[in-house]
Amino acid sequence: MAVMNDLRTIKNAAWLGWEMEANWTDPFLFATYSIAKPISATLILVVMFMVVTGGDTDNAYFSYMFIGNALYMYVAEVLFGVTWVIHDDREHYMTLKQVYIAPINFYAYILGRSVIKIVITSAGVFITLAFGILMLGVKIDVGQIDWLLLTGSIILGMGCICVLGLALGGITFLTARHSIGINEGVAGVFYVMSGIIFPITALPLWAQSISKVLPITYWMDSMRRALMPEAMAELNAAAAFDVTGLGGVSNFYIMLFLAMSAAVFFFLSLSVFRFADGVARRKGKIDWTSSY
Amino acid sequence: MSDGWAITNMRAIKGRAYPRIIGAKREPSWVFFEIALPLFTVAAYAYVYQFMEARNELIGYVVLGGAMTAFWLNVLWAMASQFYWEKEIGNLQLYMIAPISRMSILAGMALGGMFSTTVNAISTLTIGALIFHVVFQLTDPLMLIAIFVATMVALYGMGMMFASLYMLFGREAYHMSNLMTEPVYLVSGFYFPVRSLGFWTAAGASFIPITLGLDALRQLFFSGAEGDAFLPLETELLLLVALCGVFIVLAHYSLRYMEYLGKTTGRLTLRWQ
Repeated sequence: MAVMNDLRTIKNAAWLGWEMEANWTDPFLFATYSIAKPISATLILVVMFMVVTGGDTDNAYFSYMFIGNALYMYVAEVLFGVTWVIHDDREHYMTLKQVYIAPINFYAYILGRSVIKIVITSAGVFITLAFGILMLGVKIDVGQIDWLLLTGSIILGMGCICVLGLALGGITFLTARHSIGINEGVAGVFYVMSGIIFPITALPLWAQSISKVLPITYWMDSMRRALMPEAMAELNAAAAFDVTGLGGVSNFYIMLFLAMSAAVFFFLSLSVFRFADGVARRKGKIDWTSSY
Repeated sequence: MSDGWAITNMRAIKGRAYPRIIGAKREPSWVFFEIALPLFTVAAYAYVYQFMEARNELIGYVVLGGAMTAFWLNVLWAMASQFYWEKEIGNLQLYMIAPISRMSILAGMALGGMFSTTVNAISTLTIGALIFHVVFQLTDPLMLIAIFVATMVALYGMGMMFASLYMLFGREAYHMSNLMTEPVYLVSGFYFPVRSLGFWTAAGASFIPITLGLDALRQLFFSGAEGDAFLPLETELLLLVALCGVFIVLAHYSLRYMEYLGKTTGRLTLRWQ
């Protein structure tokens, strides 16, 4: 019974999220808005690459950079999406208190709202990757994809990102208008430190040590290994050293690291969320408005 | 036009600029975020250039472009979207019934925003330059002042025009501002010379004042930038001055029209669309 209630909450929260995201306009315009941003962000890097290399998109690094930037959308959008639920419901629509007193599991509600964010982001990632493969020669060969590794990476990676979002969502309860800055700051750290658009070996040594404990670094590497195994080997061969910084790490170790990270972050995030939730209730911050 | 009208509107400008200037002091964490966040993108793009062993000027362009993003974001989120936010919290009707010109409110927002954003942008520029050892070689400080002032007036004039358009927006305001972030970074060449997009694309993007402003600032700051320049400095200054006039006049008429439209369709006070 409780499971059915939670599933119904997830379904309705996802539907609500979709309506809030999309029902202000027609589907074509919404799709245009959703696609223009990620494609442009990727094209900035493409032009930067062209300016330096003169258009050598056959270079394995081009595919490395392109795929990393496309997949980063998950980190930025999902992380941001989870915390934005708290902020938007509390401060903009002022409905968080109603959601709180409704006879539903609040985690299921957050999960439902996040699911739709993942679906919309997935569409953006898919279109960006398709654009890269068809128009720019990004080296993803469907026949070469390691589907098992890809599936495992997606599940564990999304798990990690969502639970991290939950912790930030908890912090959002206690902060006034800082949630956007905190989210973007965390996403920014991942963008620089996790080998998203350049290998971590380009960073100073002290920063590489930080990179190697961040789960997103391993997620990015496993996704690239699954999507472009030949290009990854080519990249290391061209540099004549372990340019990605994780060349000696096996797929199994990466999966294990991601699973353990997701588990640790899950308990950590749950604790942070519960603590923040308790403080917010005691201090009357559930219906707090500071932004508008 | 009486003296009273002018003084009242000057007070409105001062009154609207005040919270923007003083607000930053009251909430130092926002200043931290506004300086630190662009640095992440700057660092990532600078490392991309470093990894590809690009010439040093390109890293300098990234640092300068990253600092200038502060102005574009301020125009989008704190100028263009402002009337939408004011409508959502119920302040817009107060602006409408106040005995002042709406242009004064927008001018106040622009002045206040310009001041605090300039402080943040200079900080980002300085920190970015220190981290990535960027050397700025300024040869013509007077031209720099002229270009910067013309860029800011044109840019915030554009923001004033957008503010009037956003006045009737519902949730599309958020999406519209999002839509004009990365695509504008791309066409305006925030992180690479705009010339590399081709003449006609760069010419089209020049309607966004920051395109010409950035190109001109690069020419002024980097000795090796001549080969990357889109247009000569004097031409860019002339075009920027023309854009100042165009956007301020357009903002005036657009504001009047959108206010009329809002009143006739009853959308000026409509919230949560």
